[in-house]
Amino acid sequence: MRTALRIALAASAALLTLGVAQAQEKTLRIGTEGAYPPFNNLTADGQLVGFDIDIAKALCDEMKVKCTFVAQDWDGIIPALQAGKFDAIVASMSITPERAEKVDFTNKYYNTPPAIAAPKDSDIKGVTKEDLAGKTIGVQASTTHFNYSTKTYTDSTIKPYPTAQEYQLDLANGRVDAVNDDITVLEGWLATPDGACCKLIGAITPDIEIHGPGAGIAVRKGDTELVNQFNKAIDAIRANGKYKEINDKYFKYDVYGGES
Amino acid sequence: MSIAATKVDRPPALPRGWPRQRILGYALVCMWIAFLAGIAAYLIVAWNGELFAKYAPSYVTGLGVTLLLVAISIVLGAMLSVPIAYARMSKNRILRGLSYAYVYFFRGTPLLAQTFLVYYGVGSFRPQLEMVGLWGFFREAFNCAIFAFSLNTAAYQAEILRGAIESVPRGQWEGAASLGLHKLQTMWKIILPQALIVALRPYGNEIILMIKGSAIVAIITVYDLMGITKLTYSRTFDFQSYVWAAIIYLIIVETLRHAVEWIERRITIHLQR
Repeated sequence: MRTALRIALAASAALLTLGVAQAQEKTLRIGTEGAYPPFNNLTADGQLVGFDIDIAKALCDEMKVKCTFVAQDWDGIIPALQAGKFDAIVASMSITPERAEKVDFTNKYYNTPPAIAAPKDSDIKGVTKEDLAGKTIGVQASTTHFNYSTKTYTDSTIKPYPTAQEYQLDLANGRVDAVNDDITVLEGWLATPDGACCKLIGAITPDIEIHGPGAGIAVRKGDTELVNQFNKAIDAIRANGKYKEINDKYFKYDVYGGES
Repeated sequence: MSIAATKVDRPPALPRGWPRQRILGYALVCMWIAFLAGIAAYLIVAWNGELFAKYAPSYVTGLGVTLLLVAISIVLGAMLSVPIAYARMSKNRILRGLSYAYVYFFRGTPLLAQTFLVYYGVGSFRPQLEMVGLWGFFREAFNCAIFAFSLNTAAYQAEILRGAIESVPRGQWEGAASLGLHKLQTMWKIILPQALIVALRPYGNEIILMIKGSAIVAIITVYDLMGITKLTYSRTFDFQSYVWAAIIYLIIVETLRHAVEWIERRITIHLQR
């Protein structure tokens, strides 16, 4: 009996010290998708890279916290945040009213317009509903682009895909006539050998009601302190040139968009 | 017989009371009832008429896709399974080897991987397929799903069929031969009727597995019940979309189970006393 008591005491002491240690060195777990180049992507050896990842690292440095990354499928990324698998989503998530009901958003950290891409020999002239009538459009499910496509291109067939990679495959082999996604994502893909089949048709004027004010960082509802920290950090890296450094590594122009 | 039966004493009544197993049994049943009541209560509390009106039609469409997909695949798979089962039991070593390899591959790899391979793998051979005029077929995601699912279920069904046929004693074959029946006649009139009684339950299980297995088909853009559920969830973030899907799947499986039991009662009528 006495040994049992001793073991129990030792165990609780160990737990206590562990708790203290955790409190001292706070780690922030960041969830991202890992299938959305150039923003977030997994390299062949399983490393997460991309604009989102670099921005998140810069923000963590600014906030003086240690960050670890978790790759999570897009469809389940908000439930996983709510279930506490990670503390923030930095995954090019557009700030929309529906999402804002479930999570809290920081200010935007970039805002780029959506666009349409199609095969090089395509007869699609523009990005309006009429231009795409009767065509099949590939788009990633559960995204603002999917919502926009189903609402706008009502005369076309919308095919929802689990990730961007799959609609890209199907555009290359001709199962879809056009795809709709963020312009930087499409441009990034078109610049690779896999994207050699296709060209950019044009950018779409964002619909603020669907696309929102841009991509923000999502945290659990009520985590206001974290939102404030992130917002301060975003302003700080915008001001000290760190943002521009990362931006120029990936893009030829400023993806932050207008001040809002 | 009836005279003898009247002389038999009635067995003594089983001891009642509350042995441990009985208490445990009741406790478990209560737990399940509480669990189901919890889900029902959740659905009543979470009930959202607007949501239901908006998404119920797409659930019905999704259910239709699931049922159509499974029905076509099961039928095509059943047709394909006959030659495979025949080859599996053949004396020819090459035939046996080939069919074994087929069954080994399709049972040994995930349906998800097979579906993905058929859709995106075949897609990358578009010029070659266009040359032989097959691209029109493989262009459609639904056809690809049917193709992959049929091949998959054919492997399982071939094994069910083979097992059932081999479960019929050799004596039946020998008896038929001694009566001068042709092999095909023997198969059709004597072996298969007995084999199908054995095969019925495994067939029922295979259909149930296919219905649940078909839930992965959304990765190739065929939006079945599960795919619609995911889309609904991603728009509403309302957990009940999954609960509804689970309930619909449960109802389908339960209906099938009862149908199989009914058929079994019908075809084993001669074995009941």
